[in-house]
Parts: sequence; structure tokens; C-alpha cells
Amino acid sequence: MSQSDAHIVILGAGHAGGTAAALLRQYGHAGPITLVGEEPIPPYQRPPLSKAWLKGEADADSLALKPLEFYPEQNIDFRPNLQAVKLARSDKLVTLSDGSTVSYDILIIATGMRAIRLPIEGADLAGVLTLRTAADAEAIKAALGPGKRLAIVGGGYIGLEVAASARALGAEAVVIEREARILARSACEPLSNFFHGYHLARGVQFVLGAGVSGFVGENGKVVGVRLADGRVEPCDLVLLGVGAIPNDEIARDAGLECARGIVVDLEARTADPNVFAIGDVTHRPMPHYGRMFGPESVPSALEQAKQAASAITGRPAPAPEVPWNWSDQYDLKLQIAGLPFDADRVLLRGDPASGKFAVFHLKGDQVQSVEAINSPPEFMMGKQLIANRKPVNTEKLADPTVSMKEVAA
Amino acid sequence: MAKITYIEHDGTEHVVDVKNGLTVMEGAVKNNIPGIDADCGGACACATCHVYVDEAWQGKTGSTSAMEDSMLDFAENVEPNSRLSCQIKVSDALDGLVVRMPESQH
Repeated sequence: MSQSDAHIVILGAGHAGGTAAALLRQYGHAGPITLVGEEPIPPYQRPPLSKAWLKGEADADSLALKPLEFYPEQNIDFRPNLQAVKLARSDKLVTLSDGSTVSYDILIIATGMRAIRLPIEGADLAGVLTLRTAADAEAIKAALGPGKRLAIVGGGYIGLEVAASARALGAEAVVIEREARILARSACEPLSNFFHGYHLARGVQFVLGAGVSGFVGENGKVVGVRLADGRVEPCDLVLLGVGAIPNDEIARDAGLECARGIVVDLEARTADPNVFAIGDVTHRPMPHYGRMFGPESVPSALEQAKQAASAITGRPAPAPEVPWNWSDQYDLKLQIAGLPFDADRVLLRGDPASGKFAVFHLKGDQVQSVEAINSPPEFMMGKQLIANRKPVNTEKLADPTVSMKEVAA
Repeated sequence: MAKITYIEHDGTEHVVDVKNGLTVMEGAVKNNIPGIDADCGGACACATCHVYVDEAWQGKTGSTSAMEDSMLDFAENVEPNSRLSCQIKVSDALDGLVVRMPESQH
């Protein structure tokens, strides 16, 4: 059998899996494609869940990656409400949660991540929610509104985006963060301080440097968050935004190498030539930084979907992309290019008080990453500088009156 | 509803009907038309849905926001008729629209 007749089975119908299926058809793969998804609906965009969708500005149709009829039209066998439970690589066979099996010629694991649920008292109370799926977002949306108080455990991007959306819906929001500052894991201090101030000014409350010891319930429903020092923050709803872990068990159990996620190469291939892995579930090479990492982002998932689909259909490998991500909160657009690995200096360009600035992370005179608030030129040019490794004049870079084109000239 | 012609860089044409209210980007992505990546899904955050609007249509596709202008200013192969297709809303007035794709979005 030639590769073009191969039966490709994709486990996971998220952004990565859905995109891989569509690209395989776009790139001319003629053989059968089976797309196995845990959720009841076909692949959709997750980023709007905490933003436009929560605020009622996007509907299910606009979220869907492709319309429902796309799958039968393209001869993609979309199988919802199913999880893979076992992978037998020697037989090229996957066992699904309904007990059925599906055999593959090529397997793409795109099972994503799941939100961490804290193993503390009251974590199973009604109203203690996480946000990964459309159903999660639906539950949060249904519980929010004027007069409600949302407690967000974890001051990361998801938590802050939901806080902004909650305020837009007229609800109160309190962010409880273990570290002394929000975004401690994902952003530098000037950016943390800026977001903190911006949210405070819009009525979001913060409890920083506070551990959470449990949730207080009444009649099975959460009514408060108990802090480590015994204080209780009252609330109608809790969002746990304390990170996620890769759904890589099926690969681990099948003997595939995993770190924090399934280890893949730049073709998104595992050590088994017939098994690929893409998206949040992977631990992947970051060619601009000479290391392995799991960026947990949509752009990385899309890049890997391209890598896998290209390798499978015999197309040339796509050029490595600079990792990037974004976040929308209120009228702020944060765009991040690169990762601050090995940076030895942080350079601020512009005044945070103006609501428009960028933070560059430099290694010597090279840009490793940039975090840009309402500053597309800094993001776009920063991304190019990360790709071409061109040294920059840091004095010019620090001066916002010098254009980014001149900085990079 | 508008009939939109998307022309890939190699000249391949795709003619599809796109519902009012969707964006020109969504019309391409939902129909699996190659050449428009739209990594950010329409948040005007990535400039990977860059198109050239056929000159006859430039007046009808609306004006660009400061954000879009700024993103386009740093995209590759930008021309005076460049737009980010996620920022063009489809309406009956765009029936017959023709857009062309650049060689690459990355």
C-alpha cells in the first residue's frame, strides 16, 4: 500500500487534530481519515472561550473550525464522544472508550491537555469549574452575571481573561494567586504590574501571595474559597486556573518517550515512524532556542499540524516558525513573540502608563522574546528579529521615538 | 450572501458563497481554501490572513483600523491593496469580491 492510501487516525479533535485533518485533505491525502474526539462537537477554536464567547460576542458556528458538513464532504470520519484508552503499536491498533478498536497505518496523537484540579477539600463541590472546553465555558457563562462573585484561583492568562469577561458581564471577580505577583510563571514583572493595575482599575480584586486550602460549600455548592491563613473569600463560582497537564498517558503506556508531554521531532514524529503527536500534548524542539519545550499555544499546534501533514504527504518541511501567542483583556491586546530562554537583560520600550509598551528580553544584543501591549510594530518586528538573529542597537530599541523599522535596519 | 473568488498565489481559483456577517478570512478557512492561515482565528493578532483586494473592490471593503494598518505595515510583500481578511465583513455589497493570496503567510 502506498502512503496516499494510508488510513490516518487522529486521536483528539481539538485545534491541532482538526487542523491536521483539514490540511491532510488540502495537501492531497486520498486515504481514509478518522478523527476521534472526546467532545460532542467537531473541532473549534478554544481561545475565544475565555473572551468573546464568554461575553456572548461569538456563537458556536463562528467558533467551529469547519462547518459540520465539511467532515462528510471531505470523507473525514469524525467520531465524537470517544476517547482512546489503549494504543497497541505492534498491532497498529487503538482501543476506544466504547470498547471498539480502530486500526491505523499512521497515527496522530492530538489529545491536548487537561486542567489541573487541586486535590483539596471541597474541590468536587458544584460550582468549582475549570476552563478547557466549550461545555466548561457554557457552565461559567450560565453562572455569571450581575450580582455574582467569581473567585479565580490562579493569576495566569486564562484567569485574567475570564476576570475581564466577568467584569464585562457585570459580575464581581477576585483573583487569588499563590505567588507575590500575577502571571509569575508566564510574564516578566513590568507586565505583571501593568496587568495588575489595569484589572484593579476595572474593579477586579486581588489576593496575592495566598495559598488555597479548600472550598467551602453549602448544600453541595461552593460558597467560598478558604485561604491558607484561614480567611474565606465568599463567591458564587470558582474558576481553577492553575495550569494544565498533557494527556499523554496513552503514549506513555505504549512505551513512547515522554517528558512533560510526548517527545517529537521537527516533523512532529515520535520515535515510532508511524506515530505522530501534535499540539499541547507534545514536548517539541524549539529550533530558535536549541531546546525542547511545550509552548501550550494555538500557533504551535497549527505549526505541528503542518509539520505532520507535510511529512505524511511528502511535502517539503515547513520553515520553523517563531513561537508566539496573544491575549485579549478589555481593550488590551498582548502579543508575545519568542520565549525568554537564556535572556540576560530586560528592556522596556515605551511607558506602561500610556497603555502601549513592549518588554524585550535580550541575550546580549539579540532579541529572545518580546511582550507587546497594544504595540503591533514591536511584536511584528520583534518576531522577525528573533527569526533572523540580527543584533540590535539597544539604545535605539529603548527609545520609542525611533521606529521599529529603524531599530531593525 | 456573497460570491467570493479566492485566487491562490499559483493562480488556482476558488469560488464560494460566504454568508453575511462572516469575515472574508472565515469564508476561506471554513471552505478549506489554502493560502489563508489565520493562526489567531480573527483576533487581528497575527497577520497570517493577508490578501490583496482586487482594485475594483477596494472602496467597498471598508477602511482599515489602526491595529490592522500597524500589523500590515510589518507583514511581508505588502501592497497598497493589502488587507487582513479577518477584518473584512461579508455583506451583499461584496457579492463578486475577488481577493488574491500572497506567496506565503509566514
